[in-house]
Amino acid sequence: MGYLLFQITLFAYILATSGYVVYFWSQRDDVRTTARGILIGAGVLHTLYLIVRYIEAGHTPLTNHHEAVSFFAWSVTWGYLSFHWKYNVRNFGSFVSPLITGLMLIATFSSREIIPLPPALKSAWLPVHASIAIMANGFLALAFCGGIMYLLQERELKNKRFGLFYTRLPSLESLDNLNSHCLAVGFPLLTLGIITGSVWAKQAWGAYWQWDPKETWSLITWFLYAALLHQRFTVGWRGRRAAIMAIVGFSAAIFTLWGVTYLLEGLHSYVG
Amino acid sequence: MSAEKIMILGVNHKTAPVEIRERLSFSSDPGTPYRELKVIPGCEEFCFLSTCNRVEVIFVSPTPEETEKKIRDFLFDNSMSYDEAGQYVYLHQGEAAIQHLFRVGASLDSMIVGESQILGQLKQAYRDASEQNAGGMILNRLMHKAFSVAKRIRTETEIGSSAVSISYAAVELAKKIFGNLKNKIAMLVGAGEMAELAAQHLMNQGIAEVVVANRTFERAVNLARCFNGKPVALEELIPQLEHVDIMISSTGSPDVILHSKDVKPLMRQRRNRPLFLIDIAVPRDLDPKLNDLENVYLYGIDDLNNIVDINKAERDKEAVHAERIVSEETLKFMLWLGSMEVTPTIVAIREKADAIRKAELEKTLPNIGSLSDKEIKAIEKMTSAMMNKILHNPIVYLKKDDSHKDKKVKLASIRKFFNLDNSN
Repeated sequence: MGYLLFQITLFAYILATSGYVVYFWSQRDDVRTTARGILIGAGVLHTLYLIVRYIEAGHTPLTNHHEAVSFFAWSVTWGYLSFHWKYNVRNFGSFVSPLITGLMLIATFSSREIIPLPPALKSAWLPVHASIAIMANGFLALAFCGGIMYLLQERELKNKRFGLFYTRLPSLESLDNLNSHCLAVGFPLLTLGIITGSVWAKQAWGAYWQWDPKETWSLITWFLYAALLHQRFTVGWRGRRAAIMAIVGFSAAIFTLWGVTYLLEGLHSYVG
Repeated sequence: MSAEKIMILGVNHKTAPVEIRERLSFSSDPGTPYRELKVIPGCEEFCFLSTCNRVEVIFVSPTPEETEKKIRDFLFDNSMSYDEAGQYVYLHQGEAAIQHLFRVGASLDSMIVGESQILGQLKQAYRDASEQNAGGMILNRLMHKAFSVAKRIRTETEIGSSAVSISYAAVELAKKIFGNLKNKIAMLVGAGEMAELAAQHLMNQGIAEVVVANRTFERAVNLARCFNGKPVALEELIPQLEHVDIMISSTGSPDVILHSKDVKPLMRQRRNRPLFLIDIAVPRDLDPKLNDLENVYLYGIDDLNNIVDINKAERDKEAVHAERIVSEETLKFMLWLGSMEVTPTIVAIREKADAIRKAELEKTLPNIGSLSDKEIKAIEKMTSAMMNKILHNPIVYLKKDDSHKDKKVKLASIRKFFNLDNSN
């Protein structure tokens, strides 16, 4: 039942992404409306899947790679839709939806096997820490997409060669605003994720901080974003630099999520 | 009247650098050229046109070559030899001069083809010439024709839309950088139609404020009034840039007025808010290196032109259409000049015949003896009638509308028949 629901969700995401790609080329408003409708549907299906998964597993479904990546995709989707409701950033969906589909495909090819929860993870902190940390990644992913759009648009404006993006992408200022809004949500979530993780670590392993690779890398990520925000508020770092930092920061976040798990060994390594 | 009497001597943005053009413009005292040109021998009718991109003297002289030499010496104030000055000037005579004037008036010879300011400047130049009594029958007709040609081209072609589209492109770019222009400040440095048009476009987009900087503060005040803006002196340019988001520069300055090193420290004070610089001056006002600064976007006139180049084919077509109108109108004017040549010929024929008649009467009448006044009058009337009847057909033949070329041949032969050109 859960698997079928997952597959339907994935299909809906692929459909929405195709819609956004077609919209990017054709710039037809009816295509965009359809694509957005499908994406909202996919988001709802995805939420249902998470609930079903919770019931099937008997605990918060954030303990293996499949679940973590799937929840990541869910965060990006709802993060995007919540922004969409508030700001209108042209063609943002065409950049975000492929990312969502990519995450969902990664989730598809990961093991969906439900592993009994190790005793160390049996805690009320599990849903709190894991969901907050992954939702932070969701908003940082949106800032990353905004950053890429900013760099593409900026390059055409600086070089004065107007190609695919000049007419399609929104103004630099609105992309920069998007960047700061995403970080305004993402960074506090990231901070909260690290704090809750630290509290949980004290409970589970008896120490707040043990410098295991995942902890170290999340701290590095945190410092990157903290530096960006600090510079933005003090000397007004914005535009290109902020866009590059959003991309670098997100790369660090991704490394924390996957790189650490697959390249480095640590306490978190059984988690996605 | 021979068309060859009409000449245009001038410099423009294509032939002379701004330093040379500035030297010839007499912008400090517009009366000087009229005082000085009037006393040049042969300079019967003339008009002096001076804009930021061109200086021209349009004149009519019975001895065009000699008059041109004197005018050129006056313009260059003897600072360089006649031939030295020759590398900067263009000289058109006759039909070419008429065509050139029509092209100038229709803004086909402008830096920004299709801008409408030149027509106003030409009209002003003509008004000045009339006030200074420098005009004449040929010049009046020529200038009025130039105005009507410009008007015809403006209504029949889309040539004017390209200047508009450049300023429109500037606004589109501003929107791509800033999104909403509502709380942005624009600064206009220098003046000129393009810059003012761009400022007007920005105003229509609801820009918060327009700051006007000019070398002469008075001009800044006047221009600022048009935009409900704030006038500032040119010296305040750099401090102003701390608040300004969009700067449109079009001064006549031969040097760069804003360097990269001036703006770099400002960006920190601006907290890196984007700065959009538009340079429509020739030569450039703004250092090209400015574009390398982060969050600074510098666009020159060529860059803006490239944006509107999508419609280039369309505009080229309009230009061809406009040039055709110019050729057509030039031909019409040449025909008028041609008819001007017929009239004096007819007058000369009549005068010659009348002189013969009077001479013969004077020779004959005393020999006849006593004649009453009434009888003398009758003889005079009869001889006049004979003369008119004899001349009637040749004159009708002369007046008949023919092609330009035929008319010239006809005039030449008639003048030969009556031996008008070599007296006796």
